Amino acid sequence: MQKKPVDARYKMVERTMKKLGYERDALIETLHSAQETFGYLENDTLKFIARKLKLPFSKVYGVATFYHFFRLKPKGEHTTVICTGTACYIKGADKIIEDISKKFSVELGKTSTDGKLSLMGARCVGSCSLAPVVIFDGKVLGHLNGDSSIKEVERILDGNNNS
Amino acid sequence: MVITTLEELEELAKEQREKQSQKEIKVCLGTTCLALKADELKDELSSELKNANLESSCSIKGVGCNGLCAAGALVTVTDTKTDNEIIYQKVKKSNAKEISESIKNDTVCKNLQCDTTAPFFTKQKKIVLDNAGIIDPESINDYIARDGYQALFEVLSHSHSEDVIEEIKKSGLRGRGGGGYPAGLKWETVSKVEATQKYIICNGDEGDPGAFMDRAIMEADPHKVLEGMIIAGYAVGADVGYIYVRAEYPLAVSMLKKAIKSAKRLGILGQSIAGTNFNFNIEVRLGGGAFVCGEATALITSIEGNRGHPRQKPPHLSDNGLKGEPTVLNNVETYANIAPIIRNGGDWYASIGTERSKGTKVFALTGQIVNTGLVEVPMGTTIREMIYDIGGGIPDNKNLKAIQTGGPSGGCIPPEYLDIPLEYESLKEIGSIMGSGGMIVMDESSSMVEVARFFVDFCKSESCGKCVPCRVGTVQMEKILTKFVKKEATKHDLEMLKELCSVVKDTSLCGLGQTAPNPVKSTLKYFENEYLEGMQK
Repeated sequence: MQKKPVDARYKMVERTMKKLGYERDALIETLHSAQETFGYLENDTLKFIARKLKLPFSKVYGVATFYHFFRLKPKGEHTTVICTGTACYIKGADKIIEDISKKFSVELGKTSTDGKLSLMGARCVGSCSLAPVVIFDGKVLGHLNGDSSIKEVERILDGNNNS
Repeated sequence: MVITTLEELEELAKEQREKQSQKEIKVCLGTTCLALKADELKDELSSELKNANLESSCSIKGVGCNGLCAAGALVTVTDTKTDNEIIYQKVKKSNAKEISESIKNDTVCKNLQCDTTAPFFTKQKKIVLDNAGIIDPESINDYIARDGYQALFEVLSHSHSEDVIEEIKKSGLRGRGGGGYPAGLKWETVSKVEATQKYIICNGDEGDPGAFMDRAIMEADPHKVLEGMIIAGYAVGADVGYIYVRAEYPLAVSMLKKAIKSAKRLGILGQSIAGTNFNFNIEVRLGGGAFVCGEATALITSIEGNRGHPRQKPPHLSDNGLKGEPTVLNNVETYANIAPIIRNGGDWYASIGTERSKGTKVFALTGQIVNTGLVEVPMGTTIREMIYDIGGGIPDNKNLKAIQTGGPSGGCIPPEYLDIPLEYESLKEIGSIMGSGGMIVMDESSSMVEVARFFVDFCKSESCGKCVPCRVGTVQMEKILTKFVKKEATKHDLEMLKELCSVVKDTSLCGLGQTAPNPVKSTLKYFENEYLEGMQK
């Protein structure tokens, strides 16, 4: 038998599975709860879930990689999520992406090599009237352009969150 | 406390209405206003009210999206005695004192007042959104005070399931997710199937970029969606419901979960609802950010815990849906229409709208337009009224170039069709679709080829990969469109693009692929010159 994981956080994940009766269709809910608990989905976490739900690892991995929402790698210390919905696109979101990636040398969907900044794209966050919208460390800001976005990124990287 | 009869429900509603203080401040806590720090504004207003000793005469609450997102943060002050309502726009934290003083002195802050006689307000007709911006979405009592759950209790105590279906059929309500299939017919088919287990599913996987109607409904009035689902369950004989919501909508998820909890506490969900032998439970399931999961069969596969791959239809969901059982799947807005229809009658609903499209439709108006926000209009409103009256026109004196409806499955409408009415058929005739209600306005500075490429790129990355035409076709289409954007295309590319459009449309397995060429086809049709400009000289 495999060693029982010692991390107490696994209990949180287990609770979701228990609530849904360890059914196979609990997989996606369980992955959500695991990502919420751990921040991302490590192979060990996926294996743990596969074992508990009696699913092949390939299936769990397949589902985790199918949905955009699941991350298999840890996020950077700070995140910048750029909305790439239509309204934001029309109002220049692509320019913001270009400027930020150039300035901080990080590609869309990746984390900078020093692990400080993750630059992500979101499929419409639903705040279209503020377009273009960027979420800096969970804070939604609207009506941005390349320069003002760069300033905001610099601000969160400096650790000053009370602008 | 458990409510078992209609009388008890009405009693609670009355009690709740009487409890209301004379004046009430409503702070919009919709996503847009929240981004403008409306939560801090609300706290500031509460403390100002406290300072001015107004706590007993004026209450304050957070409400869902008010609609006019462009003028956020929005604060509404209502006087229950005189029925007077004042909306303040672009309110900042620093305005809190001013507003509290105006309440004390019974005056109006003229500088912040929003003109509610503007067409943005007068041309709307609110059925789905009638509670949005008025009730506190976290309070079931607030919903009940506005006649909430009356339709459900009415149905459970006085009607047979056939009567409910008859009423919905009479109303002419069609699916608001975009397909436009008559809801009553869908319910009837499922109700006639013999099975021990049936399911009700609510599609809240609003994936169209630029659309946020369903999000606003779930956030502002979650109980209305629940009520619609429970009535659907009663009508078709189902006892389990699922709401499939995007995980990217955390606020909507938490509102729905809270609403389910409080409905259970009052016995509105659970066993023996309203003292009958009807049981119904609802669970929330989180989506994972896959656009294809808005497609019915893919959504069901996803709820079952799999990769969201669609499958061939038939068999239809009415025979073989979730876990192989008969299933009714409707979109959030469709369910939100149910309770008002039952309350006011199918004939009333059918009197609104046009011959073929009844009732109202909620649109998310965005892009290069003055009044961005959420609007609900009767079907048959023209695009011109939408853009120039309700939307307030195009900013910066620019010219309108196109209106995009239906998201990645829809098309671009040129200005010459401004006078066509907004309804399912007329939009289809001009190469677009109603879709779920996203409406993106573009001015002359937008390049239509780039817009087409944007949507094809979207479909390319959202293609689930199951069938070849969609998986490979969208990649090739995007490649060719990029050539047009870079002005390197050849005549052959143009022909190839046209051919790909018809191949992908005709041979893809599900709606995503079948409609992916729509943005290209409609821009090719109306803006061909831009494609020609993208060719090598």
